[in-house]
Amino acid sequence: MTAVLFQQVSRHFGAVRAVDSVDLAIAEGEFFAMLGPSGSGKTTCLRLMAGFEQPTSGHIEIFGETAEGVPPYRRNVNTVFQDYALFPHLSILENVAYGLMVKGVGKAERLKAAEEALAMVKLPGYGTRRPGQLSGGQRQRVALARALVNRPRVLLLDEPLGALDLKLREQMQEELKSLQKSLGITFIFVTHDQGEALSMADRIAVFNDGKIQQLGTPEEVYKRPKTRFVADFVGSSNVLPPDFVASLGFGNSHASLRPEDITLGEGPGRKPFSGRVVATSFLGAANRVTVEAAGARVAAMVPASLAVPAQGETVTLSFLAEDLHQMDATP
Amino acid sequence: MRSDKNTSAPLGLKIAAGAGLAFLHLPILLIFLYAFTTEEKSYQFPPPGYTLQWFAVTWNRPDVWAAMGLSVRVAAISTAIALVLGTLCAAAVSRTKFFGRETISLLVILPIALPGIITGIALRSAFSFAEIPFSFWTIVLGHATFCVVVVYNNAVARFRRVSGSLIEASMDLGADSFQTFRYIILPNIGTALLAGGMLAFALSFDEVIVTTFTAGQQSTLPIWMLEELVRPRQRPVTNVVAMVVVLLTFLPILGAYYLTRDGDQVAGAGK
Repeated sequence: MTAVLFQQVSRHFGAVRAVDSVDLAIAEGEFFAMLGPSGSGKTTCLRLMAGFEQPTSGHIEIFGETAEGVPPYRRNVNTVFQDYALFPHLSILENVAYGLMVKGVGKAERLKAAEEALAMVKLPGYGTRRPGQLSGGQRQRVALARALVNRPRVLLLDEPLGALDLKLREQMQEELKSLQKSLGITFIFVTHDQGEALSMADRIAVFNDGKIQQLGTPEEVYKRPKTRFVADFVGSSNVLPPDFVASLGFGNSHASLRPEDITLGEGPGRKPFSGRVVATSFLGAANRVTVEAAGARVAAMVPASLAVPAQGETVTLSFLAEDLHQMDATP
Repeated sequence: MRSDKNTSAPLGLKIAAGAGLAFLHLPILLIFLYAFTTEEKSYQFPPPGYTLQWFAVTWNRPDVWAAMGLSVRVAAISTAIALVLGTLCAAAVSRTKFFGRETISLLVILPIALPGIITGIALRSAFSFAEIPFSFWTIVLGHATFCVVVVYNNAVARFRRVSGSLIEASMDLGADSFQTFRYIILPNIGTALLAGGMLAFALSFDEVIVTTFTAGQQSTLPIWMLEELVRPRQRPVTNVVAMVVVLLTFLPILGAYYLTRDGDQVAGAGK
């Protein structure tokens, strides 16, 4: 079943088209990422789902029901806010029980449910504290418990890991993923971190300028970027100019080629090209070697076990034809 | 880390500070002292004798009660108006963006920056121009102009600290607008409103200038006191009333001070 459906949805703020004719269908139980730079419209899409924004035009359905004009408090959708938005004057337990309280659930019952939700996010016994007494990671778990205690059919997460440090972020990525698996709820999250989107999501929508540039599985988006923007934003792919692509024997269009798909030297069945080394940098497991070939700059990942060519040296590089992806003419 | 804890100020500075405080507060003590004097026509020092009779005399003077009652009613109603309008205005200015927002903010604050006499003359000419007869309500309107400012200033500062996503979070969790106001907004701005309301009440209670321009035949307590000082009869009654006024206005201001101080912790706890 389709959890969230967007049909030609637009949201304009004055002359700014924050969301521009977006079509989207998110399946029930899916872990869905909306990825893009700031101002790309991904957060506005999330706010349209939550009900904080209304579309300028187009149609939104949540589990088959029309969502336009339905206020946030009548949607079976909950949000984990970027700044967590915990209520500072309430205890942690009261924060988590808030959604049940305003729905009129009895005190004993809602406090029990809140305790269970806190246990689920590994914060049992924290109920009497105030939000100000918790660390960022703990506050995030509370925000998660506060949303999940309402048993939403869709959970929206706005940059859920943005405020956490790297180690905590990696840990929370795994926890979110396993939580989503065990609960079976549709998770939709917004992020500008492509690594986060690739590692957590079942499918990714890459946003730019209010439009979806590409929608697909992490592998599709990473390996076969449809547009130059996607190739550039997701990972750091080489975007090859049309004349260079044509000189290699392909059609006359932009193409993407992942640095890790390029090797030093020739090989059977591989397309060779030569270039002059302009920069090298050590990345731990590999060296990133940038060469200038026929006016194009191409980066290649050379395993750290191989010798690094010197700057100014002319080297031969090669790749498999199937790893080169020709892209749409649009930027 | 408090290296300055044991260093004490020079003696001269201590004396100067003491003298300054004495100059500020001794006159108030004198007012209290003369409430107990046996001499009723002039303020002779030291008082020739002490008595509690003026409390009884004051209690039995209907004009005192009339003036006091009017002042309390005016202060209460102006404060109530100010609480509603000041909060709404603060919410509009801090919660939304619209053209001329800064201007509106300035215009709301202006009445308290203007000398009271200007506000008074402006209101008086406006009332006569609109042919509104002077009454209880003209006094209330006059006082509300500056009471709104006090409430607004307190509320707007607090609203700025209440993150906008708190309201969205409440709505997201299923609370409608009334529930959100009741459970989220009010607890977060409540102490600021109480403090603003107390200050507004105190300001209104001892206001003279605007009142003289907007009152008809009625006298509020401060105006009654001014009139009373001109008459050389039962003067200590004025002092008794003054004591009561000091207590009535001082306590709310003290309360407001403590409330806003604690409010910092309440509203800042989530950050």
